[in-house]
Amino acid sequence: MEVIRSQKRTVSNDVVSTPTLPLYLTAPPMEVRLEEFELFAIDRLRVLKGVSDGLARGRNPNEMDDLVETLWKEHMRLSDVSEMINKDIISHFVLRLVYCRSDELKKWFLSMETALFRHRFRLKKIEEQRAIVGEFGLPYKAVIGAELESLKERLGLVARSLGQISSDVENIYYKVPFEEVPDLVAGRRVLLQKGYAFVAGSQLVSLVVTQFRSHLSKALILTNRKWTTTIREREKDRLTPIVEALSTSYLGPDYSQSSEYADISLKDIDQVSKSSFPLCMRHLFEKLREDHHLKHGGRMQLGLFLKGVGLKLDDALAFWREEFTKKVGSERFDKEYAYAIRHNYGKEGKRTDYTPYACSKIITSAPGAGDHHGCPYRHFSEDNLKAALGRMGLSSRGMEDVMDKVRNKHYQLACTLTFEAVYGTSCDTGINHPNQYFEESQKILKSKTPTAPV
Amino acid sequence: MTQNPKSKTISMFITSGFTTASFEIYHIFGFCCLHISNLFAYYKHIAGNLFPYTDIHKWLSYGHDGKHPGCDEYYFGRREFSFTLENDVYLRYKSFKNASVMEDAIKSNFPYKIDIGAVYSVDPDKRHAYAHSGTNLFTPVERELVFDIDITDYDDVRYCCSGADVCSKCWPLMTVAIKVIDTSLREDFGFKHILWVFSGRRGVHCWVCDAKARRLTNEQRSAVAEYFRVYKGNENNAKKVDLMGHSLHPFLARSYVDFLKNFFEGELQATQSIFSSKEKYEKILGMITDEDIQSDLRGKWENSARSSLSEEATSRLRWEQLKKTLQSKKNKALSLRTCVEEIVFTFTYPRIDLEVSKQMNHLLKAPFCVHPKTGRVCVPIDPNNCDEFDPLAVPTLSQLIEEINSGGLRMDVDDDDSDRSLLGKSIKFFRSSFLEPLLKSCKEEIESSYKTKIAKTKDSFSW
Repeated sequence: MEVIRSQKRTVSNDVVSTPTLPLYLTAPPMEVRLEEFELFAIDRLRVLKGVSDGLARGRNPNEMDDLVETLWKEHMRLSDVSEMINKDIISHFVLRLVYCRSDELKKWFLSMETALFRHRFRLKKIEEQRAIVGEFGLPYKAVIGAELESLKERLGLVARSLGQISSDVENIYYKVPFEEVPDLVAGRRVLLQKGYAFVAGSQLVSLVVTQFRSHLSKALILTNRKWTTTIREREKDRLTPIVEALSTSYLGPDYSQSSEYADISLKDIDQVSKSSFPLCMRHLFEKLREDHHLKHGGRMQLGLFLKGVGLKLDDALAFWREEFTKKVGSERFDKEYAYAIRHNYGKEGKRTDYTPYACSKIITSAPGAGDHHGCPYRHFSEDNLKAALGRMGLSSRGMEDVMDKVRNKHYQLACTLTFEAVYGTSCDTGINHPNQYFEESQKILKSKTPTAPV
Repeated sequence: MTQNPKSKTISMFITSGFTTASFEIYHIFGFCCLHISNLFAYYKHIAGNLFPYTDIHKWLSYGHDGKHPGCDEYYFGRREFSFTLENDVYLRYKSFKNASVMEDAIKSNFPYKIDIGAVYSVDPDKRHAYAHSGTNLFTPVERELVFDIDITDYDDVRYCCSGADVCSKCWPLMTVAIKVIDTSLREDFGFKHILWVFSGRRGVHCWVCDAKARRLTNEQRSAVAEYFRVYKGNENNAKKVDLMGHSLHPFLARSYVDFLKNFFEGELQATQSIFSSKEKYEKILGMITDEDIQSDLRGKWENSARSSLSEEATSRLRWEQLKKTLQSKKNKALSLRTCVEEIVFTFTYPRIDLEVSKQMNHLLKAPFCVHPKTGRVCVPIDPNNCDEFDPLAVPTLSQLIEEINSGGLRMDVDDDDSDRSLLGKSIKFFRSSFLEPLLKSCKEEIESSYKTKIAKTKDSFSW
């Protein structure tokens, strides 16, 4: 891609052969105007931010399809189809430059671009999907004849186990090494035999998305190398300032630095847990006081939350020590648990100052036997959740609204409704981080009683 | 008494009450200080020889023994090991050029636990040299696919023991777990080189060593672990296995039909009597999503509470009643259709520790270590004969030392794979069932990838 200042753009021949969903395998030889460089990137960034938002709110795949369609129309549409495709490609490659520059940026970009690709792919018709699979040059063969016959019964079982009503086995199955479709394997959505997965035509999306992700991941590493070795210096008066400005605004606050609303001390902690903690943290806190112990997942989730809430390392050590020594004794605490707490605060090992978990991470965690972490709206049974909400002071009407959201798997909206019911106010932005819940809560409580401790 | 004057001294030492108790504290590779320095040196000598260095080195070299031009002579040296020493000093990122360097390090440090980590892109102990560049050049490159199954994760479904204890009644849970996972690893995933190891106290570890397995990414490992995951529970939900009423995935169906159903209805019922008391059966009733069926069964069982049948017979009878009731009511709701299977799965299906399997850099205890609390050696388990395995009959350190003292055998376990010695049988099994087939396959791979490489370079020499 060449960036120029001229008014006209030279028409590229690539447009005709590019499908409507580009794979971004190589940067096409186009010329790009400087203004477009920035504007196209910003528009695409709005789409990616929208995708990020949708995922954080726990939207299901069909809702995400709709969301992506809307976002794309709103920000990326142009009257001329070939112009639209160019914008698509250009904006992607510009953002690669922006987001290749650190591990955190790469991770975010990779997740969002993959999600965007996944849902755009799902919106395509099956023939277009097959064409895209071909574009990737994937060497998978369809299963036919005797082999298909021998597998038919079990393929039918797989389909039925997923609740697919018609037990008619689909026409086409692809034989793929299992490692190429990890999400299908993880969900037991495919038949496995001797290392191969039998992927139905309707599951192609998984195959393609894995390829897309893996390709983009490698490309980002190469882009980063080029950026640091040549491009950044060469473009320091032209593109570099634009690239550097583009990335700063898009990651939400990570609550790693405590703000004025988040600065608690040990003596307040019990009171504050009842007044301002979101349900997930309140549950962990109560269990800790009750059992004088938490397993690893709980220690991480609660520990990092407390850090974000302003608990200093010394206070944190004292707090955990106070509880754990009731069960395991002081020596074992020092030996087995103190190190991990210091590690969370960036004082040990590779000294990363870990950030508190956002809702999306907590919701997707998997509490097992003896665990209390995770999101109660997702992981509790209905009865237990209702009891917990009752203890937070919700009326039965309020509880019904919340349970309704839970049944529809909108866990963060359920938490938002809880927040609104508890504090008697509306929360338009929605809750997507436990520390956000805490800070908003403290803001409200402090504004009501400015002098009394809350 | 043997001729060896040293061993005379030891026998006397053993019979004086002092050492018999202290033996249990002596870990195989680390010793508390003995006042008698001769004996100290002697014990070090024994301890050092009870770990099969050559076999472990051969295994972890995966054929890169330098004998073929395609070998990577630095491969073994890029593997991370960690040592846990006495007073709980923990040393990570240890690496060794070859077997004798490893042996020297172990014999001089006496770790009481040795963990095996991943093979990295560079020597672990030289990693700092590569830390300065922006991208991380010190990364794991290969690592066996590993699983850890611990019986404490089954505490909510075993009534004979809890916590660190294990007995002949609950150990069969591990046996069934091995069968289910081993079959799946071979049939579904196509893996061949699988090593099962006793963890020393209350669980088992599994090492999948195929080249394909070693090269899996974290995401792929996570996928395999999730494929095996059925139990999703903690005390906040009553129903921890949810099969949703649809028919079972072929993997689950096969596990149920081939292993779980018979185990549940046979051995488990006999040893755990899971319906015999109100507390026990309420737990199971909680897994039935229909309140009416729950009350119906509850009523029946409360009335029969004082019957003259044995615990086991009562339990079996109630299970039959439950199955019959659910069968007759199965069209009432979709979720009831798999209720029977869900109950069986809750009590018998393997519960693996997902975190152990998901990350390449996770360290896992090495086979043939001695467990510091039980003194038992972490011996391999034959998945084809795992019914015969008895965790309470595994050789302990004191037994091994006594065997050496009784003089009949050579001390260097490297040479000894006879059936007569306590450890010899395990070593023999390790070599013949696991190591030899593995190395054969590794050699073939090294040769063929070398040939491909040579062919490629030949092509590039076209004029």
